[in-house]
Amino acid sequence: MTETPALDMTLSDWTAMLVHFLSLSIVAVGGAITTVPEMHRYLVTEERWLSDTQFSASISLAQAAPGPNILFVALLGWNIGLNSGSVVMGLLGVTLSMIGILVPGAALSYFVARWGHTHRDHPAVRAFKAGMAPVVIALLVSTGSTLAGAAEAGSPVSWTIFGIAVVTLCQFQVHILWLLASGALIGCVAWG
Amino acid sequence: MCTKEIMEPDIDRPAATHRPRSPADLFVAFTVMAIQGFGGVLGIVQHELVERRKWLTREEFLEHWTMAQVMPGPNVVNLSLMVGASHFGLRGALAALMGLILLPLVLVLALAMVYRSFAGHPAVGGAIKGMSIVAAALITANGIRLFSGLRSNPLGKYLCAAAGGLAFFATAVLRLPLVYVILGVGIPASVIAYLRVAK
Repeated sequence: MTETPALDMTLSDWTAMLVHFLSLSIVAVGGAITTVPEMHRYLVTEERWLSDTQFSASISLAQAAPGPNILFVALLGWNIGLNSGSVVMGLLGVTLSMIGILVPGAALSYFVARWGHTHRDHPAVRAFKAGMAPVVIALLVSTGSTLAGAAEAGSPVSWTIFGIAVVTLCQFQVHILWLLASGALIGCVAWG
Repeated sequence: MCTKEIMEPDIDRPAATHRPRSPADLFVAFTVMAIQGFGGVLGIVQHELVERRKWLTREEFLEHWTMAQVMPGPNVVNLSLMVGASHFGLRGALAALMGLILLPLVLVLALAMVYRSFAGHPAVGGAIKGMSIVAAALITANGIRLFSGLRSNPLGKYLCAAAGGLAFFATAVLRLPLVYVILGVGIPASVIAYLRVAK
């Protein structure tokens, strides 16, 4: 579906959207990005609140903008609101989607983290963190390579940019903004 | 007001040398990090908290990050809650979270409005792709930098390498969901660590 839908979001539609994000918040281990396929299924395929174009643009815009990637969820809500006619609806969409995706997971993390912090010298807590640490590091390395592979279907150009950027970041003290600007320029030339 | 660092090389929990002064300090710090974080904040967060502001050591960062990763929700959001909470409780957690979210939210909405008028332009699409690859490289580079945080890990070099290699293979090559990796690699590694810690 590529056409932008014109919607008439009712109170029960908004509630359904809120409940959708609330439930994803709890299962989003590894970050909200892991629930993207499920969001796409519900928001685009099933409810037809967003076009495919709007959905993927929301994700790449949030990636390109400063700030946490989770803001793509705000953009999804924003676009659903705009599709139903006004900026006010857009702001309502932003508020509901962000409350939904943040509150349950954040509350749970907060309490578990407090518990873990108070009991941080307990052998079981120390062992849990020690055992998870190499896994978590591996996840970072693989998240980066997965994201790079997703951009431009892992073309030789994108892997080259990726490789050079990783080495530069590990070896030299370069401000990330310079690298991002170079990436943008190369992307402009290569795929523009 | 910074606590003086006492260097005791044989203690396995070296303290960070600085700490935030107030919830407002946390709010400002996380706002500054968030607006520098193009393509995700994680890269900047580690750099700012560990290397620049020195609020956390690499080991502490890795501990917080581990918890942030295995809990549901965005990792960076969880991390901000934990760092905030460890200094000022609930107030600190909320201050850090709001710092992370508020200004970037305004910026991304502004960007979305600008984007509406340029959406069809291929150069814009190309630039965004180029930036997202660099952002991805930043995440990978941070993972590589955190290797040194494993030095004091009770698992030791070889088991750490095995667990990390397995987890990388499972997620990057087999594309298994995170949950299986945590249960299949993380939990067994934790059990081994427990046997070694409790010994």
